[in-house]
Amino acid sequence: MLERSTLVALIVVLGGALLLAVLNQATAAASAMHVPTYVIALAGKYLCFAMLALAVDLVWGFAGILSLGHAAFFALGGYAMGMYLMRQIGTRGVYGNAELPDFMVFLGWKSLPWFWHGFEWFGFAMLMVVLVPGVLALVFGYLAFRSRVTGVYLSIITQALTYALLLAFFRNDMGFGGNNGLTDFKDILGFNIQSDATRSALLVISAIALCAQLLVARFVVRSRFGKVLIAVRDTEARTRFLGYRPESYKLVVWVLSAVMAGIGGALYVPQVGIINPSEFSPANSIEAVIWVAVGGRGTLVGAIIGALLVNFGKTWFTGLLPEFWLYALGALFIFVTLFLPRGVMGLFTRREKLAPEPEAETPTASAAHEVTG
Amino acid sequence: MLRLPAWLMLVLLVLAPLSARAQETDDAYAALAGSAGIPSAAGFDSVRRGVEQLATSGDPRAAVVIGALQAGQLYARADRALFIKQPDGSFVDARSGAPAPDAAGLRPVRLNNAVRSAIDAALGSLRLFAPDAATRLAAAEAVFKSHDPAALPALTRALAKESDAAVKTRMQQARAAALLSSGDASEADRLAAVAMLRARGDIDARGFLASLSGQPQSVATAAAAAITAIDRQLQLWSILQSVYYGISLGSVLLLAAAGLAITFGVMGVINMAHGEMVMIGAYTTFVVQQLMRAYLPGIYAINLLLAIPLAFLVAGAIGVLVERTLIRWLYGRPLETLLATWGLSLVLQQAVRSIFGANNRDVDTPWWMSGATQLGGLTLTWNRMYIVLFAVLVLAALMAALRYTPLGLRMRAVTQNRRMAAAMGIRTPWIDALTFGLGSGVAGMAGVALSQIDNVSPNLGQGYIIDSFMVVVFGGVGNLWGTMLGALTLGIVNKFLEPVAGAVLGKIVVLVLLILFIQRRPRGMFPLKGRAVET
Amino acid sequence: MSPVEPKLSRRGLGRLGAAAATLAAVGAVRAATNEAAAQPSGGVIKVGILHSLSGTMAISETTLKDVMLMLIEQQNKKGGLLGKKLEAVVVDPASNWPLFAEKARQLISVDKCAATFGCWTSVSRKSVLPVFEELNSILFYPVQYEGQECSRNVFYTGAAPNQQAIPAVDYLMNENGVKRWVLAGTDYVYPRTTNQILEAYLKTKGVAADDIMINYTPFGHSDWQNIVASIKKFGTAGKKTAVVSTINGDANVPFYKELGNQGVKATDIPVVAFSVGEEELAGIDTKPLVGHLAAWNYFESVDNPDNKAFIDSWKTFTKNPKRTTNDPMEAHYIGFNMWVKGVEKAGTTDADAVIDALIGVSVPNLSGGYSAMMPNHHITKPVLIGEIQGDGQFNIVSQTPGLLVAQEWSPYVADTKDLIGDWRAPLRCGAFNVKTGTCTAGKKA
Repeated sequence: MLERSTLVALIVVLGGALLLAVLNQATAAASAMHVPTYVIALAGKYLCFAMLALAVDLVWGFAGILSLGHAAFFALGGYAMGMYLMRQIGTRGVYGNAELPDFMVFLGWKSLPWFWHGFEWFGFAMLMVVLVPGVLALVFGYLAFRSRVTGVYLSIITQALTYALLLAFFRNDMGFGGNNGLTDFKDILGFNIQSDATRSALLVISAIALCAQLLVARFVVRSRFGKVLIAVRDTEARTRFLGYRPESYKLVVWVLSAVMAGIGGALYVPQVGIINPSEFSPANSIEAVIWVAVGGRGTLVGAIIGALLVNFGKTWFTGLLPEFWLYALGALFIFVTLFLPRGVMGLFTRREKLAPEPEAETPTASAAHEVTG
Repeated sequence: MLRLPAWLMLVLLVLAPLSARAQETDDAYAALAGSAGIPSAAGFDSVRRGVEQLATSGDPRAAVVIGALQAGQLYARADRALFIKQPDGSFVDARSGAPAPDAAGLRPVRLNNAVRSAIDAALGSLRLFAPDAATRLAAAEAVFKSHDPAALPALTRALAKESDAAVKTRMQQARAAALLSSGDASEADRLAAVAMLRARGDIDARGFLASLSGQPQSVATAAAAAITAIDRQLQLWSILQSVYYGISLGSVLLLAAAGLAITFGVMGVINMAHGEMVMIGAYTTFVVQQLMRAYLPGIYAINLLLAIPLAFLVAGAIGVLVERTLIRWLYGRPLETLLATWGLSLVLQQAVRSIFGANNRDVDTPWWMSGATQLGGLTLTWNRMYIVLFAVLVLAALMAALRYTPLGLRMRAVTQNRRMAAAMGIRTPWIDALTFGLGSGVAGMAGVALSQIDNVSPNLGQGYIIDSFMVVVFGGVGNLWGTMLGALTLGIVNKFLEPVAGAVLGKIVVLVLLILFIQRRPRGMFPLKGRAVET
Repeated sequence: MSPVEPKLSRRGLGRLGAAAATLAAVGAVRAATNEAAAQPSGGVIKVGILHSLSGTMAISETTLKDVMLMLIEQQNKKGGLLGKKLEAVVVDPASNWPLFAEKARQLISVDKCAATFGCWTSVSRKSVLPVFEELNSILFYPVQYEGQECSRNVFYTGAAPNQQAIPAVDYLMNENGVKRWVLAGTDYVYPRTTNQILEAYLKTKGVAADDIMINYTPFGHSDWQNIVASIKKFGTAGKKTAVVSTINGDANVPFYKELGNQGVKATDIPVVAFSVGEEELAGIDTKPLVGHLAAWNYFESVDNPDNKAFIDSWKTFTKNPKRTTNDPMEAHYIGFNMWVKGVEKAGTTDADAVIDALIGVSVPNLSGGYSAMMPNHHITKPVLIGEIQGDGQFNIVSQTPGLLVAQEWSPYVADTKDLIGDWRAPLRCGAFNVKTGTCTAGKKA
């Protein structure tokens, strides 16, 4: 059985996306009900950020790993998708080179670097979307958890990781387009990437992916495995003394989370039309953590709400108060940490406590810590 | 236009009657007015020629006029008459030195690099006989750079009179360079000159030797050997130089991280607004300089000394305020301090942007921090030297404050065992606020130093926050010695990798090494021991 | 469901639903506002301003936003355009490249801006380019850039490499006899292209490969100690050496400070920069840097009445007598006046009509001449070379006698040497290969 918050989230995300897509596709541009493509692209972007937030919540909320480098996995997934999209441009690039992307022609490269091979196939690219973040997380996590790097030390080295990747991808010699990154995409699986229909479809696919991830994450944290995970989060030493191997539990959820972020990144790229190294910037990772905090750590659904809310606010304020929006955003973070320690989700549960309704159970703090039997 | 060859000029100087010389001086003055007005290559060429002619004309006002030209105070009228602007704004006639109250319609004589080189050379040979030894040294160096054979007679005369050993050496080197450039020196003289330059052994000597051409075979061979010898010597120095670069980078990192070592290392607050405290320190410097320029121009040179305590106070006060209003609600929730302070950093950045604008602000470097000094083959830039010194002083003061002052004692007590400290009558909330203020204040002082080497812009802090966290974590949280060693190690490793791997790759390698190091030593170089570890 | 499962109350549920459904609601609201905006809205023409006001690029771009606001205000005082008032729509893309694309889409499709003035970095332009092409709107891009692009929807009012880099190198070669070159840049596409072009150009002038040193540094590089030292060392090979700097933005201040402190004088090793203007120098004490050079199409120190009027109104507008002007500001000045003329010529703000009308439009620039919009959507420009003075201004030491036409496709890059852009009928192509007679990219039906 699904609890109500998850159910509502699933319905809203999926239903909302479908509704927007239908209103965009089925109504005339002049109609009052028409949803402009601008909104479709925006909503799609938010949903991808929600996937990143969900991934962060999974490791932070349930395994106590505060990752300040999760955007790295997001960006790696994005780059894998971007490489596929680059190969699809073919001869339609500026230089008309069928084999090499424009930036390589421009750098005077004669042949495709080895790591670009295979990305012309969609299947291979999708495999890489999962594998590249997954393998990096596996190696990094194995080393870090094995040597019991925890707490802020772990946070800082995840930051070092994403910072190192940022610098690496900035280098033009790396073969990923340097600062300009990958852009000028034409089509995906033969569909024009700029057409409204493709955008609507991508929005719906993102919604489906987000819902699937939510269900997977929920399944994981409610399983026996999830119980141990929460024990690790709360007292790692005690769990170890009980005979569990915390590092293995952490590693599994860490890799899963990286893969989820990677998928989010892969869906993000075709919708915003560009991927470049600034996605690796540590500030992006910190922001993802903030989405989770705003929504409510350790609630899964809260992460999604937080991502949608903060990004919506950002879009709104950058247009409405271009000179002052940073004040608003900064104040929001301070306000949330001071007055909403359990985030927006905490707001709902606390309200219940104040005005209990007949069918309401006594809510507990950070509710999702409790596990179904 | 015709340019007289140097030797011809010499002949003219010796032989020409006085009238011809006066004519030449007239020509020189007229030529000097060439570049007033619309810039053109011919105009600059004319000025350069004028400078060269004037320098060799023997005109008693040559040094004054060329000096005024160098300072940008030489003005020309449409009829090519020249005037010098005095410090009080009035004009004097350049030729006679008489006041020229009727000067009007003047345009400055423009300079370009070619003219500037000519000025340097001209002033060099004119000032070889200056009464002040430092001026003569600079003049000899200028002649060395120009290595104009025309300066040879003057050099020979100056050498005969020179008593200061250092100046004498410089003059001999200048003479050697001029000799090698002249067409009619003997082979033995040339070989001696090469040996003289080989003994000088610095980068300029190497550059000059490498530029030689058309020398006799033996001289060319000797010059090549000298270049090899100098290169070998410079190679050795370059290792030391890299160590110096590393130390100076390390001390910048140390300064940036020292405040964080308190707020994060000692108090456990993940203070993302740390960089903004550094930035506030830098802006305090800017404000202090502006105010002093306006109200206390007499003691402007010491503005940085005044800015240091003020930056400490301003940033420290903001730190106390932040702790009282924000951080204190979040103790025991270290990760949430991250979010709140991140929000705070956004607000502070934008606030600075609103107040001062998004552009860089101009922070002066006082004269005593500009330039560099030469120590053997080492180039030591003054600003970096002072920063190294400053970093050492800040660290020492911080350690002393923690160890020897009552406040330091209380701070340590509170961080080690809050409840016990409270039971002993320590006002822990007050101590928390002061500790956070201390950390922020130290960050503010770092801002004063960084304003000397980096942009003073709202983004200043952002550039250092990641590095600062790396340094503190690498050294071991809560350990000031660790922070210092961490900063120096990262600085030196970085500077040795940079020439090999390039700036970007070098930094990536450092980060990867850091990640691997943390895997080996999960709590940094100097881990805290005891129960504190698990909390 | 577990008994201890927290449940949302009905009210809470409603709230959650409401919060999350904002997404859908936005759509409806937006749709409604669109409806309103699509009507001729009381005689207003909207102009989009897409410059970062926060983040790393705010330092350069904020000024451009201000200059646009000033130009629009001035135009409104003159009676607006086509009898309507101009209205600036300012958004903050926050130095975030995907956000640039999002904001561009908002300006065009939500705010219905007739034209947009914006972007600074190449990557931000690349990010918004597909949006402008898809929605068929107009972007004026005011910054010198690497070329190799010619979109129908973009008007490039900054310099192409041949309008900045090559005249500067010529100057150093002829006036200072420079034989040895350091090409130092930030590692991104503009320096890479410029250096590639310069390297090819220098080789045609007989410079040996050994006499060219290329160095790239990351964005915001702040520790220049050993790079400056290696430049000094490179300069000791006995040939006159110069540095061509394409170092970007923030990294310049520490670079110049280090140059000054290590005593690299302009008379020994001159540095000519393509990204350092009055604005950047405002943050540095320039006394040790006197004589180092910059090449631009405009300097604040240009002495003519137009420029004086512009500077005066800028200082009045910003209420700051110390504000400087710089080259990208002049580019916006030219671009905005061209757009005004283009709209007047077309009699409408319709993008297609204005795009066609803009070609051939000629307006005064601030360097004392007229700049014309060419069929390749780039403008003609004079090239000025200035030496840094002690007061942070430039002393102009050389000016090209005429105006240079931009080469949007570089003749020094093998793959583009046969390409031209021409958006006039009947060619209407951004990359026309004159050898094969085909349009390789950017064809618009």
